[in-house]
Amino acid sequence: MLPDNFASLTSEQKIDARLADWISTEGKPFASPEVAELYRSRAQRYADAFRLRQPDRVPTSVVTGDFQQHVMGVTLADYFYDYPKAVGAAIGFYERFPLVDYFPFSNFQPGPVFDLLGYTLYRWPGGQLAANQGYQYVEGEYMTADEYDELIRNPEGWLLRTYWPRVMPALSGLAGFPSLLGSLELPFVPFAFSAIGSPQVTAALETLLEASRLTGQFNANMGQLIGTAMFGRGMPVTLGGFSKAPFDFLGDTLRGTRSVMMDLFRRPQKVLAAVEAITPLAVKMAVDAAVGSGVPFAFLPLHKGADGFMSDADFAKFYWPSLEATLRGIVAEGVIPMMFVEGGYNSRLAHMAEANLPAGTTGWMFDQTDMANAKKFVGSWAAIGGNVPGSLFQTGTPETMRAYVRTLMETCKPGGGFFMAPGVVLDHAREENFQAWLEAGLEYGTY
Amino acid sequence: MNQELIDAITELREEDAVAIADRLLDAGTSPSDVLDDCKKAMDVIGHQFEVGESFIPELIFAGDILAQIARRVKPRMQAAGETQARIGKVVIGTVQGDIHDIAKDIVSFMLDINGFEVTDLGVDVAPERFVEAARESGARIVGLSGFLTLAYDPMKDTVAQLRALDPGIHVMIGGGQMDEQVREYTGADAYGKDAMAAIALARGWA
Repeated sequence: MLPDNFASLTSEQKIDARLADWISTEGKPFASPEVAELYRSRAQRYADAFRLRQPDRVPTSVVTGDFQQHVMGVTLADYFYDYPKAVGAAIGFYERFPLVDYFPFSNFQPGPVFDLLGYTLYRWPGGQLAANQGYQYVEGEYMTADEYDELIRNPEGWLLRTYWPRVMPALSGLAGFPSLLGSLELPFVPFAFSAIGSPQVTAALETLLEASRLTGQFNANMGQLIGTAMFGRGMPVTLGGFSKAPFDFLGDTLRGTRSVMMDLFRRPQKVLAAVEAITPLAVKMAVDAAVGSGVPFAFLPLHKGADGFMSDADFAKFYWPSLEATLRGIVAEGVIPMMFVEGGYNSRLAHMAEANLPAGTTGWMFDQTDMANAKKFVGSWAAIGGNVPGSLFQTGTPETMRAYVRTLMETCKPGGGFFMAPGVVLDHAREENFQAWLEAGLEYGTY
Repeated sequence: MNQELIDAITELREEDAVAIADRLLDAGTSPSDVLDDCKKAMDVIGHQFEVGESFIPELIFAGDILAQIARRVKPRMQAAGETQARIGKVVIGTVQGDIHDIAKDIVSFMLDINGFEVTDLGVDVAPERFVEAARESGARIVGLSGFLTLAYDPMKDTVAQLRALDPGIHVMIGGGQMDEQVREYTGADAYGKDAMAAIALARGWA
C-alpha cells in the first residue's frame, strides 16, 4: 500500500514508498513465515544496494535467457510453446540452484501469440527456427525515411495504423482505425464506429481478441511460476517493466541499424525530433508496467550508444539527452530504471557522471565496461553491477570464475551500491561455472 | 589519383563524392583508378577508426557511398575488360544459429576494397558450407562472425572441419561476445576486435 500523500512526495520519497511496498510481506500469501522472511531479507538487500546503502552482503541476480532450458534438458521451443513443461523446468531450475535468490527471468514467451500475429520482426525457436536456436531480431528498415514526419507528429497514431500492421500482418486492418477525435461529439460517433465496423478493422479486432485470449493462457502459467517462486520460495521479482533509450527505439526496430546510422549524416534534425517525440512514450511504457506489477524496477537494455557505435559528440547530441530525459521521467514516478549497458561504455562514463542524476535512483548492469572506472565515475551516484563475461561462463573453469568474482568484488563491493550479475543475458554456461559463480558471490560478497 | 574524390569520401560528402566519380568516369578516367581512389579514402577512414576518430556509423556511411560509386564503376570495368587486382581469397560468414550480419558486412566490404576476393556466405552458415566454400574457392583465409554466445560451439565445429580440409588454413573470429578466451576455445588462429583488425590479419596471411 502506498501512502495517501504519494502524489506530493519527491521522486526519491516515491521510490522509497514503492520499495517499501515491494519489500513488505503484509497481506501476501507466502507459504510460511520462514519463506516470508526469506523474501523480505532478499528484497531489502536488493533495495539497499540500489539506494546506495551497504546491505548485509552483495545481492546476486541473473537474467538466465536460454540457460535454464539448456541445463534442465528442455528445448528453447518448449519455453515458447509448452507452458506446463516450461513451468516445470523453471521450478526444477530453482531447486537445482538454491543459491539463486531472485526470480531469474528467462525466454519464457507466448509462441502462439507470435504465430497468430505473424510477427515479422523476429525469428524464434519452434517458429521459423529449429527447436534449440535462440530467438533473434531480423535486421531491416521497418520505418522508411519519409515516415519520420508522421512519427514525430503523431507517434502512437503512426505506430498503431502503420507499424503494427507492418510487423504484425494479421493486424493489417488497423490501418483503417478511425481518428480518436471521432468520439468527441455525438454526431461524430457513427462515422468513427462505421470504420470500426468495417470488415478489415473488424478482422484486426477479432485477431486482437484471440491474441488476448492466448496471452491470458501464457499469463496464467507465468503467474503460476512467479507465484511459486515468490510465495513458495521467497524469490523477489526484480523486473516490473521494460523500456529503452529513445534512440534505440528509433534505431533498433524502426529505422534499423544501417539506416539510423546513415540518418545521423543525412537527416540529423529528424533524428533529434524523433527521439524527443518517443521520450514520453518510453517513460510511460516503463512506469505503467512497473506500477501495474508492483515491482518498482524497469529494465532498459541499451544498444546503440556503446563504445564504437557512435562518436562521443554524437552520443552527447543524439543518444544521451533523450535517454537522460527518459530516466528522469521514470524516476519522477518512483520507479528505478535499471540499464543493461550492452557492449562497452568506457568512453561514456564521464559524460554520464556530468548529468548529475539523483543519487540512488538508477542502476547500471555493465557488460564490457571497465568496472574500476564504473565504480569511480558512476558508483557514487548509482548502483552498478554486471561485467562477468559470457565467455567465462561457457569456456572458463570454476577456478577462473572464482578468481574473477573475487577481483570484481574487491573492486566494486566497498561502500555498497553493488550487485553481482553476469555481463550478458545468460544463454550458455557450463553448469559447474554457474554454480561456482553463485558460490563465489556468496563467499566474497559479505560485508 | 584524384584528391578531390578522396576528400569527398573521407569527409562523407555523399552527393559530392558520387558527382565527382560520375564526372571522372564521364571524362574517361579509368574505372580502376576511381576504385583505387575509393580504396585510398577507405584507408584514411580505416585509420581514423583505429585511432578513435571514426566509428561504425562513419564506416557504414562510407561503405554506402562506395557502393554507390562501385555500381557506376564495375559495369565500366567489365565493358573495358578490366579486372580488379586481387591479393587473396577469403570466405566469410556468420556461423550457424546466429543471424547478425552488420559487422560481417563491414568486414566483407573492407576486404573487397582492399583487394581480397570475398565469398560472403551470409548468416546462419553451417560448418559444412564454410568447408565447401573454402574448397571451391581455394581460399586459405576464413572469417567467422558471431554476435552471441550461441556462436561459440558452431565456431569450434567449423574450425575443426576446416582444419580437416586444410591443416594450414587461417581462421579468424570476430563479433560482439568474442574475445581471446573464445579464440582459444574454438581453436581459431586469431580474434579480431573490429573490422580494421580483420583486414590486418587477412593482409598478414595473404
